[in-house]
Amino acid sequence: MPDPILAIAGLDAHYGDFQALYGLDLTVAPGEVIAIIGANGAGKTTLMRSISGLLRNQAEAIRYQGEPIGHLRADQIAARGIALVPEGRQLFPSLSVEENLIIGGQLGRRGPWSLEAIYALFPILEERRAVPSTALSGGQQQMVAIGRALMANPDLLLLDEISLGLAPVIIKTIYDALPGIVSSGMSAMLVEQDIGKALSMSQRVYCLQEGRVSLQGRSDQLSRAEIGRAYFGV
Amino acid sequence: MDWLNAIVQGTLLGGLYALFAAGLSLIFGVMRLVNIAHGDLIVLAAYLGLTVTSALGIHPLASLLLVVPAMALIGYGLQRGILNRTLGGDLLPPLLVTFGLSVILQNGLLEIYSADPQKMNAGLLETASVLVGGISLGILPLAMFAIAVAVIAGLQWMFYHTALGRAFRATSDNQAIAQLMGLNRAHVFGLAMALSLAVTGIAGVFLGIRTSFDPSMGGARLIFGFEAVIIGGLGNLWGTLAGGVVLGIAQAIGAQINPGWQLLAGHIAFLVLLAVRPKGLFPRMDG
Ligand SMILES: Nc1ncnc2c1ncn2[C@@H]1O[C@H](COP(=O)(O)OP(=O)(O)OP(=O)(O)O)[C@@H](O)[C@H]1O
Ligand SMILES: [Mg+2]
Repeated sequence: MPDPILAIAGLDAHYGDFQALYGLDLTVAPGEVIAIIGANGAGKTTLMRSISGLLRNQAEAIRYQGEPIGHLRADQIAARGIALVPEGRQLFPSLSVEENLIIGGQLGRRGPWSLEAIYALFPILEERRAVPSTALSGGQQQMVAIGRALMANPDLLLLDEISLGLAPVIIKTIYDALPGIVSSGMSAMLVEQDIGKALSMSQRVYCLQEGRVSLQGRSDQLSRAEIGRAYFGV
Repeated sequence: MDWLNAIVQGTLLGGLYALFAAGLSLIFGVMRLVNIAHGDLIVLAAYLGLTVTSALGIHPLASLLLVVPAMALIGYGLQRGILNRTLGGDLLPPLLVTFGLSVILQNGLLEIYSADPQKMNAGLLETASVLVGGISLGILPLAMFAIAVAVIAGLQWMFYHTALGRAFRATSDNQAIAQLMGLNRAHVFGLAMALSLAVTGIAGVFLGIRTSFDPSMGGARLIFGFEAVIIGGLGNLWGTLAGGVVLGIAQAIGAQINPGWQLLAGHIAFLVLLAVRPKGLFPRMDG
């Protein structure tokens, strides 16, 4: 197995006195897609926030491309090539659709993604490029959120519940785009409530339960029963 | 004719008030910081202008070439060195710290320059005027007004058509997500304060040419700036210009009625507008 692009070892995360993650271990290989599943409040978003630098950690707990990054600020981590599609989309309401995309690419990292490439992937966004991001439907907003992260030409893409609150047909459109996105060699971490989706999109899966990894394995080898136990802790 | 004259002079004065206000509005918009020391920083800029003018023997307007960059540097340093540490949680710490800064600035200026009123001399420019429709318009107030409009237009353009303006708006919307875009919040805030104090540099030099000044006059300039911002509507730069003009006209009309009523008339106009239109004349359009 090649050196992992991301190696997490013994990661703890806290909100004040509350501990949300307990000694988490996890790796992502280059080009690999892993899925993170787990019940509400299991710590999936906290994990994403820790990796992307929105929560600061011990330096050595998170290593990326061989270097410790746990202590870095979010902007420094973004500059190294990790991009997050945050839970709830979180577009900039004062910016137009196109400005939201442009600001995603403002670090100027090279790679396949550009405005043209995003518009080719999601043509509706080109039509609506000049409107404020708040004027879009939920699905279109999610497309902008994904496009904004891709504009950074990341080596590791973090996706936090991109299907949350969207109609099934929209979810299908977005997930149909995903294999094409990661085929460019990008690694990805996908948080997903829909276990079927999570397993079919990923090579490996981690299940979190109350801040700990309760199960991990290859997505095509885990049984539903095992996952059910790890998910709910019964 | 006197009334028309008062309105015209008040309008021109309003340009200066808009400059007082623009810097305040900018940093409040980007980082929700209320800078109590803003007025004293205007006065600091006036003194810097005075020092540069007398040391180099140059025209006060030429001193802008040094005062504006100096104020921008001071702004960046102040933000990165002190103010950034106060932001992020409660509203109170930044208020207290900028209040403390205000006291320090006043006393520092008093120590260095004494309490004697000072003024910058703009020479012939101060008396030159043109006659338009029976009203005598000073060249200097006209030029200041034109520059104020240009500054507001420039800020507006910067805000909506440049990468820096995009960074300001994004950071104002959501600091954490802006950070994910690779924008270092501390630096973005530093740049916002630099720009705010650059504008303050222009305002201070203009103030020092227009009237005599002393270290204690910052507080009133802060109030004028606040009033112009609120009258215009928070987060709208053209509104800020309109707010400055409304304030200037109200003061000029008050002074026309009774010279002692100048400031009072401005405050009354402010209160009336606040009561009638609590969100200002031009509230921000979004959301
Ligand atoms: N800002 C916060 N302050 C305090 N506690 C928090 C905060 N954010 C999350 N938590 C707590 O941390 C734990 C993990 O939350 P997290 O958001 O990571 O869960 P999640 O797995 O993403 O859940 P969901 O599926 O609902 O998105 C929860 O118990 C939550 O209540
Ligand atoms: Mg979550």
